[in-house]
Amino acid sequence: MLANTAALRAEYRNVWVLAEVLNGEVQKVTWELLGAARDLADARACELWCILLGDGVSRAAQQVHSYGADLALIVDDPRLARFDDEAEAAVLIRLVERYRPEILLAGATTRGRALVPRVAVKAECGLTADCTGLAIDPATGDLLQTRPAFGGNIMATIRCSQHRPQMATVRPRVMAARDYDPSRRGKILAESLLPGEAGSFKTVLEVFHDADNAVNLSEARFIVSGGRGLKDAEGFSLLKRLADALGGAVGASRAAVDSGWIPYSHQVGQTGQTVQAQVYIACGISGQIQHLVGMQSCDYIVAIDKNPETPLMKLADLAVVGDLYEIVPAMIRALAKT
Amino acid sequence: MKIVVCVKQVPGTSEARIDPETKRIVREGIKAVINPFDVYAVEEAVRIRERIGGEVIALSMGPARADVVLREAISVGADRAILLSDRAFGGSDTWATSYALAQAVRKIGDVDLVLCGKQAIDGDTAQVGPGLASQLGWSQATCVMAIPEIAQESLVVKRMHEDGWDRCRVRLPAVLTVVKDINQPRVPTLRGRLAAQKMIIPTWGAADVGAELGKIGLEGSPTRVVKTEPPPLRGKATLKIEGSAADCAEAFVRELRLKGLV
Repeated sequence: MLANTAALRAEYRNVWVLAEVLNGEVQKVTWELLGAARDLADARACELWCILLGDGVSRAAQQVHSYGADLALIVDDPRLARFDDEAEAAVLIRLVERYRPEILLAGATTRGRALVPRVAVKAECGLTADCTGLAIDPATGDLLQTRPAFGGNIMATIRCSQHRPQMATVRPRVMAARDYDPSRRGKILAESLLPGEAGSFKTVLEVFHDADNAVNLSEARFIVSGGRGLKDAEGFSLLKRLADALGGAVGASRAAVDSGWIPYSHQVGQTGQTVQAQVYIACGISGQIQHLVGMQSCDYIVAIDKNPETPLMKLADLAVVGDLYEIVPAMIRALAKT
Repeated sequence: MKIVVCVKQVPGTSEARIDPETKRIVREGIKAVINPFDVYAVEEAVRIRERIGGEVIALSMGPARADVVLREAISVGADRAILLSDRAFGGSDTWATSYALAQAVRKIGDVDLVLCGKQAIDGDTAQVGPGLASQLGWSQATCVMAIPEIAQESLVVKRMHEDGWDRCRVRLPAVLTVVKDINQPRVPTLRGRLAAQKMIIPTWGAADVGAELGKIGLEGSPTRVVKTEPPPLRGKATLKIEGSAADCAEAFVRELRLKGLV
């Protein structure tokens, strides 16, 4: 809502983190958000609340306390078992109106990015997408939100000084979770789902969890990615073995996806996903700008290519010149020895 | 079925420039293209019309020259187009943009379905689609990879998630955002191109769609870009290794260890 005076803004208090719940399990990005939000709450001398929406989420209360939340606000209902964005948004809008948080953070995941815009529009407040940096401006108390735009070619800092709450989605794998402290205690506040909030817009009929792809690209520490240089679909089974050896996920360039070698859900880049892995291993990917914008903010980039002059080989921290079909199996063997 | 498809004109990749004054993206004088995700939204809208009949209306908010992307939509089968353009819309963030688009959808009237690309490649927010659904009070589904069923009052869609997908029945009217997997866009025919050239595209301003001035443009935008800067530079230079596969693999493991990564 419009909060253009200090008195109006003072009516909004506490930092909220919306937990990312998948198949009843709270996801790692939530612990990262709690880590970042703990600092914000301390800077604002207020409480940190974790919002748990889903089926069976009550049992995660102790976990969210252990990762830094002062209070777990829980709506535990079987009708929230599957992702009904309109239902979750309706609940969240009601909670926001009732408890008036100053800041609300959610993961910049497909669910977070579907749900929070719906809430921000109704709550008439600002929302910043896919943040990689958050800080409190000591002068005003406003949340300073830094995010990449233009595929990471520009970093923009965004402020929302006249509206409350301030909302942001935060990129997974950027913020640091606090150490798990099982002795940490907190409060619990339970709310119910109200009639009409669930199921009036959509019914989820079927959920498919891709077990082969269980380590998803946005959460993976290691990504092994393949491009045109693989020459065929078979090459991806080799990359999968390297990814498995590292406990990582398999990515792909647009060229590999468009050749039908691997499903689109693996595509990294402008028309695929943006990833933020700790280590990105590009195998036979030349590195068109459309690919680079999706992976250039990974911490450590390895490229394997016969041609040392490709854009990706020049961008990489480690450029391995040679035949990936000889080098990748050797890498798998070398890792097995460690 | 009456379908509105939202398309955005975006600067071609790697031409990002920021106005030092407004901190907003400079769009003047830069080669503009149709947002890549929107091409799939247009194609899907046309396919639905070909399957069950109806009308496809392409809608874009932007400067006067954004008619180019609307003509692209016409060339591959959209029936007509509307350009939402007014100085008063300048500087709109995603809240104000979704409001302006919602006003246009209301003015078009009797719309059953709005299709958008998953996100635009300039702002990368993915917020306007669900924001538009919220402004209209309609159903939404994001990252849609297939529409297996279309009925009178509802659709069945398949949504892509990080860990798999789900299938859900969504009540109409609805706003969907689509990903690349949903179809293989067609190439415009000569006839399509001619139709696009000849098409008269009406421009609607803020007053035409009854937009409240306090809800559009900079004033209607809760967020402000206060600073822009280049991303942090990547660390040191590239370490290049070549030699036997075993040597390379050893060097790879050594580097990862040195960095504390394995």
